[in-house]
Amino acid sequence: MERIPILKMGDFLLVTIQVDLYDQLAENLESDLINTINKYSSKGVLIDISAVSIIDSFMGRILGNIAVMSKIMDAQTVVVGMQPAVAITLVELGLSLNGVISALNVEKGMDLLRAKMYNGDNQEQTYDDDNE
Amino acid sequence: MAIIRSRLMTTTTNNKEEILIIKEQDVVPLRNRVRDYGVKVGMSILNQTKLITATSELVRNLLKYGGGGKVVIESVSNGRDNGVRVTFIDNGPGIPDITLAMKDGYSTGKSLGLGLPGTKRLVNEFDIKTELGNGTTVTITKWKNG
Repeated sequence: MERIPILKMGDFLLVTIQVDLYDQLAENLESDLINTINKYSSKGVLIDISAVSIIDSFMGRILGNIAVMSKIMDAQTVVVGMQPAVAITLVELGLSLNGVISALNVEKGMDLLRAKMYNGDNQEQTYDDDNE
Repeated sequence: MAIIRSRLMTTTTNNKEEILIIKEQDVVPLRNRVRDYGVKVGMSILNQTKLITATSELVRNLLKYGGGGKVVIESVSNGRDNGVRVTFIDNGPGIPDITLAMKDGYSTGKSLGLGLPGTKRLVNEFDIKTELGNGTTVTITKWKNG
C-alpha cells in the first residue's frame, strides 16, 4: 500500500507530502502519524504541503483531525507551505481549518514549533512575522 | 424527478472524453486530466484549483453514494468565453431530498456536508438531476474568466 513517509528529527516529526492525496492515503497518514507520535513521544509535527495542488473537504478534515489528535497526544502540529490558490479554494469551499496552526515555509514552521516547545506555549496562534 | 438548475447557456463542445471511475485511486488521474483541460483553455491557477477541487468533491460522492460511474470532461465555448465542463454520472440510489443535500453542513455520511454546496460555490454553473433508484447526474462548468 502506498504511504507517505514520516521522518523523525529529534523531538519533531517531519512530513513532506509530495504526491497528490486521495482519501485512503490521507487516512493512512493520519493513523501513521498518531502511531509515530506515540512511538517516539514526539513533541511536534511539521506537515509540508507546498507540493500539494489540491485539498478538498475530506483532506482538509484530515489535516484538522491530525492537529486535534496530536494535541491530545501532547504534540503540536504546524502546517506549512500552503499554495495561495489552495488557501482561497479551501475558504470558498467553506473549510476554515480552525485549530490548524500554519506557517509560510518549513523554516518558519520549525521556528514556531521550537518556540512553542521551549516557551511551554500551548495557546493556539498563527505565526506572526512581525514578532521576529 | 428533481432538478436544480442554476444557469444554462448555449454552448459548443470542442473536445470531449469519458473516464470510468470504479475505485478511489482513479481520482488522481481524473483530477490531472481535468487540470489538463483547464490549462488548454488558458485557465488561471486559481480557477484550475477551484475546478479540480470541485471535481474531487463530486467524484467522492460518485464513489461513495453512487458506487462508481463515469465522468465526462468537455472543453466548451459559449461564444464569449471558453471553459471546462465536467459531468458526473452514476447509477446509484439517487438523492431523496435534494434541497436538503444542497444545504451547508448537511450530510448523511460522517463528512462535513460541504460537498455539494461548497462545490457550487467553486464553479460558475452547477446542475444536478437525480431520480430515486436511477442515479444522479451532476454537471459543473468553470469558465476561463469565471
